[in-house]
Amino acid sequence: MRHLMSPLDFTTEELDELFDLAADIEIDPEKYAHVCDGKILATAFYEPSTRTRLSFEAAMLRLGGKVIGFSDAGSSSAAKGESVSDTIKVISQYADICAMRHPKEGAAFVAASKSEIPVINAGDGGHQHPTQTLADLMTIRSMHGKLDGFKIGLCGDLKFGRTVHSLINALVRYDDISFVFISPPELRVPDYITDMLKEKNIPYQEVIKLEDVIADLDMLYMTRVQKERFFNEEDYVRLKDFYILTKEKMDLASKDMLVLHPLPRVNEISVEVDEDPRACYFKQVKYGMYVRMALIMTLLEIDTEAG
Amino acid sequence: MLNVGKIEEGFVLDHIQAGKSMSIYEHLGLDKMDCTVAIIKNARSKIMGKKDILKVECDIDTLDLNVLAFIDHNITINVIKAGEIIEKRSLKLPKEVRNVIKCRNPRCITSIEQELPHIFFLADEEKEIYRCKYCEEKYSQKDKF
Ligand SMILES: [Zn+2]
Repeated sequence: MRHLMSPLDFTTEELDELFDLAADIEIDPEKYAHVCDGKILATAFYEPSTRTRLSFEAAMLRLGGKVIGFSDAGSSSAAKGESVSDTIKVISQYADICAMRHPKEGAAFVAASKSEIPVINAGDGGHQHPTQTLADLMTIRSMHGKLDGFKIGLCGDLKFGRTVHSLINALVRYDDISFVFISPPELRVPDYITDMLKEKNIPYQEVIKLEDVIADLDMLYMTRVQKERFFNEEDYVRLKDFYILTKEKMDLASKDMLVLHPLPRVNEISVEVDEDPRACYFKQVKYGMYVRMALIMTLLEIDTEAG
Repeated sequence: MLNVGKIEEGFVLDHIQAGKSMSIYEHLGLDKMDCTVAIIKNARSKIMGKKDILKVECDIDTLDLNVLAFIDHNITINVIKAGEIIEKRSLKLPKEVRNVIKCRNPRCITSIEQELPHIFFLADEEKEIYRCKYCEEKYSQKDKF
């Protein structure tokens, strides 16, 4: 029995298989509409995350399975002091697979070590959120055609952004990728990441303004810059517009530069960009669902040719 | 120096940082064994000024001494047979330590679930870096307990 705790749990070969399956689901969803008939997914969400939960639920329903679950700790047994270990043992009696979201780091790992069914980490605090990374990789693979040979710009809060760190760690396993980090000085990517890139001889550059580099990028991964993260108001006012993607900035970019964003968006991408064919962030949501479908099938060891 | 009788069969842990012998006694689980143990605290030492020494009369291989490497590199182990030192052992960093240190990350699941064992794994042998098995929080040997 296998679980998914971190995006690096799967080798790149295993990921290829997973993405192949997700791509086939996209082409022929009918073929997979009943492969999980009679199976139950439990969504154990100790903190609300509507977007992630909907994606898992939609994934299971589209495979013909059913869904049970709770979506905040207040309404669950955790509020009565039940441990994660006990909760997962109980869930194991009802469901065939569990997606767990928890505010504490390592919670899904505790669950996996005590579980009788596969556990998917659907986010454990600031630690890991592997299905987001899989969704990002799947989007790149589908829209760019492959997972190597490109220059990716990551823009916004690169210091605290777990999604960004996780994506970088996943991308360094592929060939010929270079990174451009676009952030205010106080929100630069942590040293352990730049150290790792140096060690692996992976090219990267760090800049403050998106406009300075946007023309060179094959894809742009946008994240939000929160006001609270700045040291002072002046810096925020001075820098904030550098990290908002507008139609004008898109005009500077190449005609096939892809724009990704983990969502939710606040104002860092102007809505006028949504109409641009290069904007992929809503497609990313769909790829997130396909990849979760493929993941559920893989962990349940459901034969791809079944049905 | 206070004289504690020589041991015939067993081992001596020497050069323990002064004051740490009791914590080593506990981590090795000596409190649960019925062999003779002598704990010498604050013995004079040329190199260290003061040091602790533990003399244990039992077969060395019944204990997992690797945890000592995690606690203190400088400890030396002398294996005694028939009253003589027959071997000096060196220590190797353990791959995993259980309930020796606690994870200090307030966002770690161990901070709210008391019954979980605190497990750290050796993430980088060269740099002596351990990480919490749950949250991967770094624990460097430099900020030792
Ligand atoms: Zn921890």
